[in-house]
Amino acid sequence: MANLGIKFCGVEFANPTVLASGILGVTASSLKNVIRNGAGGVTTKSIWLEEHKGHKNPTMFGTENYFINAVGLSDAGIEKALSETFPEYNDGKLAPIIASIVAGKIDDFGLLAEKISECNPDIIEVNISCPNVENEFGKPFACVAGDAAKVTKVVKKALGGIIGGGKNIPVIIKLSPNVSNIGEIAKACRDAGADGFCAVNTFGPGLAVDINTRMPILTNKVGGVSGPGIKPLAVKCVYDVFKATGAPIVGTGGVLTGEDVIEMMMVGARLVGMGTMVYYRGVEGFKKVVSEIEEWCEKNGVKNLEEIIGTVKI
Amino acid sequence: MDGKKFDTKPVTIRIKKIIQESDTVNTYVFDYELGAKPGQFVMMWIPGVDEKPISVAYDDGSEFWLTVCNVGHATDALFKMKEGDFVGIRGPFGTYYRIDEGDHLALVAGGYGAAPMYFVAVEALKLNCKVEFLIGARSKDFVLYTKKILGLHGVNLHISTNDGSMGFTGLVTNLLENVILEVEKIDKVFTCGPEMMMKFVGDIAWKSGIDCYVSVEKYMKCGVGVCGQCAVDSTGVLACRQGSVMKYNYVRDLCEFGKYHRDAQGKKIYFGEKK
Repeated sequence: MANLGIKFCGVEFANPTVLASGILGVTASSLKNVIRNGAGGVTTKSIWLEEHKGHKNPTMFGTENYFINAVGLSDAGIEKALSETFPEYNDGKLAPIIASIVAGKIDDFGLLAEKISECNPDIIEVNISCPNVENEFGKPFACVAGDAAKVTKVVKKALGGIIGGGKNIPVIIKLSPNVSNIGEIAKACRDAGADGFCAVNTFGPGLAVDINTRMPILTNKVGGVSGPGIKPLAVKCVYDVFKATGAPIVGTGGVLTGEDVIEMMMVGARLVGMGTMVYYRGVEGFKKVVSEIEEWCEKNGVKNLEEIIGTVKI
Repeated sequence: MDGKKFDTKPVTIRIKKIIQESDTVNTYVFDYELGAKPGQFVMMWIPGVDEKPISVAYDDGSEFWLTVCNVGHATDALFKMKEGDFVGIRGPFGTYYRIDEGDHLALVAGGYGAAPMYFVAVEALKLNCKVEFLIGARSKDFVLYTKKILGLHGVNLHISTNDGSMGFTGLVTNLLENVILEVEKIDKVFTCGPEMMMKFVGDIAWKSGIDCYVSVEKYMKCGVGVCGQCAVDSTGVLACRQGSVMKYNYVRDLCEFGKYHRDAQGKKIYFGEKK
């Protein structure tokens, strides 16, 4: 049997599948259930300093080809993460956990990173790319190289990572696909100290209209697009980020099957994030994806999954 | 893929008829082949306002009903709508009450729970079941569906009110204890209503050795097992997928059942605590 273990920024994952942020991530019991269903790791729902209300329903729906959502980053705030989510997850911890953090102001990312480091997350994911809160905060930081680099620096400084004095928790930046040159933005973050990336967040935002009422279906009107239809776009983004930086990447976007995971890894992903997959295959889909990866490795004589990372022939 | 149908976009359909059940409760009738089973719910979209999970009160294959209590901004907007207006429907979602041929059932409804329980009763009669229909409410103004239930042959209706303004004075759980003693054998108890009531109903059934199924109601966003908003502690199972109808044997071991639920931000709210 092939070895599916992956080392990502020094953290060992039993397999490359990771639950993406925003899916099944409200409680520790839900995150643990995802691990029991086969995921190699989980990402929390994005955590704010204070309680943050999301948008009103409908916040999401799916079709055969795409999924669209505008949950609006609802969260109870960091106090819940510190007092409930992390202690419960870490009690009998089953697999690595990535803490996703989000803020409207650059300095708040530093405060958040410092506070969340008390819970010893394995990795911190800095969400600067949600397309669903533009009304509140304007264009995401991930859309401007300078802003993205500033956030990276603030977080790294707060953790003491650059000079090595602090906890040195690896920091990955969640990138937006809605930019003209994702490689350039990734490069700016890497130069500012980013240990890796999660690429990519949802596309758009998109708009879906009910033709009987002539009204947008989502209450936020627009929402980020994910699902099978965006996979080739996400694969290209991951390839661009890998080419520009060579850094470790959690490749995310439209991945539903073991073969999709292999494809993402070939263009440079070390880990592969899945969110919308849960809509199409249920939480038990993680187990299925992992066995599909095993099957593929078996058929193709791959003994160690790390061998295939970035091996695309372009 | 797994051969499911993946379209969960809301279907907008016109309200065919609005029936006023009480000052605060309306039933909305739709001509639409929903294909719901008793205990399932839909996400009802009030265009431009909000979308809420509502249990199906009746579905005959070509028409279905949703009985809604006016409790907040979304239902307030719904109550201003007229026959012929469009609402959106996603679903049906979730598990349902499984009815076995010839069973003697006790259906225990708390308040508005009478509406989905009516649908259970209709389907149970088709399967030659005997039905004890118990409704508990604060006072007679909150007792719904009595005419419709009395119109069903083979159903015994038992009513309790806290203030004694209708039927037995006291709690529906006391009424259930009496019914279990009086009736030769209850095969199953199905209950739908406030969580604390369902907990006591479940405990009575448990002590009596009767299988009980409860409708676990949590804050819901997607309805399709993605957002994780309705995950229940401590197993993390989703009320929208593994529920809302769950066996009480399982539910009684969930550390949150009867203790707390969560708001739209995922924060715990203990029962009895003010928001």
